[in-house]
Amino acid sequence: MTGSARRSSGGSLRARVRVPQLRGLRVRLVVAFTLVAVLTAASTGALTFREARTGVLQQSQDAVIKLLRAQVGKLAPELDFPPGESELRRFAVDVAGGEPSGIWRVLVDYGDLSVTSAPDDPFEELTPALRSAVDTSPATVFQRVNSGDHTALVVGMSVAYAPSEAGTVTSGIQVFLAVPQTNERAYVDALVAAVERATVAALALAVLLALLAARGVLRPVRALRRATRSIAEGRLDTRLAVDGSDELADLSHTFNETAAALEESVAELRGMEARARRFAADVSHELRTPLAAMSAVTDVLDEDADRLDADTATAVRLISEETVKLARLVDDLMEISRFDAGAAVLHLDEIDLAESLRRTLAARAWTDLVEADLPPPDALRGRVDPRRLDVVVANLVGNALRHGARPVRLRLYEDEKPGAERLAVIEVLDSGPGIPDSVLPHVFERFYKSDAARTRTEGSGLGLAITTENVRVHGGTVRAANRPEGGAVFTVRLPLRRDELSDEGRP
Amino acid sequence: MPRVLLIEDDRAVREGVALALRRQGHEVAAAETGEDGLERLRSFRPDVVVLDLMLPGMSGLDVCRGMRALDQTLPILMATARGDDEDIVVGLEAGADDYVVKPVQARVLEARIRAVLRRAAGAPAEGGIPKIDTYGDLSIDRAGLSVARQGTPVALAPSELRLLLTLSASPGQVFSRQQLLEAVWEHSYHGDARLVDACVKRLRAKMGEPPREPRYIQTVRGFGYRFASR
Repeated sequence: MTGSARRSSGGSLRARVRVPQLRGLRVRLVVAFTLVAVLTAASTGALTFREARTGVLQQSQDAVIKLLRAQVGKLAPELDFPPGESELRRFAVDVAGGEPSGIWRVLVDYGDLSVTSAPDDPFEELTPALRSAVDTSPATVFQRVNSGDHTALVVGMSVAYAPSEAGTVTSGIQVFLAVPQTNERAYVDALVAAVERATVAALALAVLLALLAARGVLRPVRALRRATRSIAEGRLDTRLAVDGSDELADLSHTFNETAAALEESVAELRGMEARARRFAADVSHELRTPLAAMSAVTDVLDEDADRLDADTATAVRLISEETVKLARLVDDLMEISRFDAGAAVLHLDEIDLAESLRRTLAARAWTDLVEADLPPPDALRGRVDPRRLDVVVANLVGNALRHGARPVRLRLYEDEKPGAERLAVIEVLDSGPGIPDSVLPHVFERFYKSDAARTRTEGSGLGLAITTENVRVHGGTVRAANRPEGGAVFTVRLPLRRDELSDEGRP
Repeated sequence: MPRVLLIEDDRAVREGVALALRRQGHEVAAAETGEDGLERLRSFRPDVVVLDLMLPGMSGLDVCRGMRALDQTLPILMATARGDDEDIVVGLEAGADDYVVKPVQARVLEARIRAVLRRAAGAPAEGGIPKIDTYGDLSIDRAGLSVARQGTPVALAPSELRLLLTLSASPGQVFSRQQLLEAVWEHSYHGDARLVDACVKRLRAKMGEPPREPRYIQTVRGFGYRFASR
């Protein structure tokens, strides 16, 4: 009976799991791996790029300055002083010629004279800042100048004569050199491209690794989820295969231990419960044989009591009456024990339910005590166990007659709910004070007596418990409630099972 | 004075039941074991047997089968604990006519004994009904309480005979199990319908009905049984 409820909740569980899959472990791992890969590639690339670029540029400018110095040092002593414009021009051309590929452009200043190695060279790369630096510093000064797409190295130096007695004497000649840095730029561009390619490759690798790692983590997690659900559904022998020695394997191991412990304690509890129930069953069984002998002779006692003296007659009648009650109690105990042991068997037969209810009342001479509101003959047929249905109705009506006030009503009708299983509804209504709210949840419990004094009534104290079991074994439900207009109502809902094929009565 | 053979292993139950039955006017012979009971069958010639199913040594079921082998028409009443469901079915299939659940009050046992004896005694003869009805190769002597198929007598236990008489009295009419319980066994409407099913099974076997397509006693699924006369 709880099976269907569990199934439906399992369905909603599955629906709940599907939705957050977007924020699941796999996505998170991929994002994290990608982020780490991007950050690592970018920072490594940036640092490498910076270092490499500085190195390349440094080296090229050192070479240029060294060559320029050597050239000027070689050519300057040969220069007449003060030089003329044509001499300066030749000097400039000679200095520029120091670099064989001819990419050097040289500007030589002396006083108002300013000549360039190439004719009419505007020498735009030369900034005022560099010029003033050369004016003030005897050292060689350089600057990297970007103009549009081109980068150029501009070097400036004053030509000094060999040291005289007054220290280093400047000649007043300033030499400026402009070298385009196309090679260096190509280098740096290649470097950037290489870093970019490496980043893309690292990214792809990171995603792949993330997916692999996610799979490695998710597989045991999924197995764990399946196993947990399996345990929740009552398959306590569920175990996980433990492979590896990581934390997840550890978790699987712990899971297995927990499941084993759970299985063990559940088995222990079940064993204890089974022993307790078997004890109750055994006790009832043992009581039955002496009771069979006593029950056989109660009629003899009843018949002869009149002929005995008053005290003995009272004692004999007492024994007879109580023997009958004891026999009924033991019978009820046996019945409950069979339900507990799961040994209660349904003997289904298709019958007219109204007829069955009418017969239950008639067999106990209740027809005049109970208002029966039943459907016409054969209007409501169903496959039930007739004996158990009789027990159910007799217990409920008997209970109403004993504890509620008359009129007691017995109703039978079909619950017509489209699409749902066809149900027969049996209602027993009384006109008594109703059931106190504190008692209501317990009315179907075994031996539950509403008053603390536990006064004995006609019933064994098991009637409603047996009723519940009999209804349940049919797959039905029974409920107790108070009616708003007063009085209690017991409602039994039984599936009719008309479509099921019968094993009984086959040819 | 009906003669009752009581087979019961527990001394107190045996004495109690025997005492109660004697006071009801029965002549009672009590046996402690199944073997003893079978022995007494010949010497005591009982009208009805009350047989406890739980016996030490030879089981009640074996006693029941043994008695049926000796006498097909002897009324046998089983005494059993409720819930020994398997035993009840096997006992009924072994040929018991009815059963009572222990502990049983003397007047209930007495009523069952009377009912099974009435079955054996047959219905009061009614004027106008022909003595022998013939349906195909089956002939039923309603007054003489005998059944023959293709001229060969078929020995039936009281319940089987009464079941056949009841069904064949209204050929074609469908009887519910509850109706048959009341008419044949004099049980309440809510009695054990397995009595009917087991008895139909035995009756079909004795009449040599093909198990898949019975010629005379037919099952009407969802309702019960009917006798087909054609």
